[in-house]
Amino acid sequence: MRAPGTRLWAIQRLTAAFLGVAVVVHLVTIMLAIRGGLSAAEILERTRGANWWFAFYAAFALCAGLHGTIGLRNIAGEWLGLRGRGVDALWLGIGLLTAAFGIRAAWGLYHA
Amino acid sequence: MADLKVRIWRGEAAGGAQGGYWADYALPARENQTILDVVTQIQREQQPDLAYRFACRVGMCGSCAMEVNGRARWTCRTHVKRVAAPGETLEIRPLANFPVIRDLATDMTPFFDKWTRARGQFQPKDSPDGGVPDEFSVVPPASKMRQQADAGIECIGCGVCYASCDIVAWNPDYLGPAAMNRAWTLVNDVRDGGKQERLDAVSGDAGCHSCHSTQTCTERCPKNLDPSSAIAGLKRTIFWDTLLGRR
Amino acid sequence: MPDRRHPTYIAFVIHRVSGLLLALFLPLHFWALGQAITGEAALEGFLRWTDGAIFKFAEWGLVVLLALHLAGGLRVLALEFLGWRARQKDMVAASAGIAIAAAILFLLNVD
Repeated sequence: MRAPGTRLWAIQRLTAAFLGVAVVVHLVTIMLAIRGGLSAAEILERTRGANWWFAFYAAFALCAGLHGTIGLRNIAGEWLGLRGRGVDALWLGIGLLTAAFGIRAAWGLYHA
Repeated sequence: MADLKVRIWRGEAAGGAQGGYWADYALPARENQTILDVVTQIQREQQPDLAYRFACRVGMCGSCAMEVNGRARWTCRTHVKRVAAPGETLEIRPLANFPVIRDLATDMTPFFDKWTRARGQFQPKDSPDGGVPDEFSVVPPASKMRQQADAGIECIGCGVCYASCDIVAWNPDYLGPAAMNRAWTLVNDVRDGGKQERLDAVSGDAGCHSCHSTQTCTERCPKNLDPSSAIAGLKRTIFWDTLLGRR
Repeated sequence: MPDRRHPTYIAFVIHRVSGLLLALFLPLHFWALGQAITGEAALEGFLRWTDGAIFKFAEWGLVVLLALHLAGGLRVLALEFLGWRARQKDMVAASAGIAIAAAILFLLNVD
């Protein structure tokens, strides 16, 4: 797994497998929560201090950030010719930053 | 007899794909004629300096492929009536993704260099010097590996898949479908001893991990091979072998 | 323009374009949520804001993009990890995606 792109490919497939399930869980949860007319207080009552809930969303945000950024990296390489170790490091940074924003949002509900 | 209208791309290597021009020809339309027949007739009767390449005329040698009406094809086994409706113009140009030598003749050197890079040559396991091993390997015809090797072994190296692959167009380093199809037949050859080096050679951005399974190679292969599945097999093998510590 | 009209190529284009749009949307989504969720009052305001018609339309677009991308992803994973060859298997992946999309759209309409 030394050639550039090999590990990223594996990460993208592994995150894809998790995201496939997580996206459906996430959408169904949101639909049920909001369509049922839940108020902010009711939502927070369920998410505040809920460890498993937070762990799920932290993992979800991390996978989504990495998966999306690896995709952007491949598109930029193929369509814009942006390639190389330095560019890869930059994309990794963008992916982790994106994930951090997602985890911050989940933290807001967990810690509020 | 109705005329068959033909447009042929003409140009020199130095001009590249941009430096060429289209030349128009008309010749009698026949009930049975292949694209190669048409090009040959034009060269013999109208355009003696038209450059193109062929050898066997029967779909074995892989030297006559060209792009005809938007698709790369083996011209010796493609009938005109399969490509163009009566009255429709034939548009013939050199294969995409290959450097042009002149007119319809392309330079296939980069294509075959990539077969070498993908370790497309058999490395006998039991006799590193390439000689005949002491014992014969037993390869049951019904075994899975044998069948996977058989599925890709009939490649004639015509370059149709390579010319049709978008990833090759987007990344000049990309090995392409034919070279990796060859590598996959060898990975499945139990007599071969070069598996690890070969899997290393076909991994990463320039290899199997850049394939997006558009399956254009499989769609266009005149021998009905399935390079796309061969590339998927390489990805799968590299993934599990690495995960399970087999490499 | 080379001929690329076969179903598996169209599946690739849909997968790539939907993925590109989702990847560009994701940081925006995370950032906006992070801004909105800073307490009960802010969250309540955010929830009321998302009741608007434009938001409903955007929501629907997102779900469709996700369903399309998921269907394309199932196709790729089936080819790569299960070694599916035949075209009909792609149809299975596509229909699974459409089924999931239909289910989610149904949920969207349950008030």
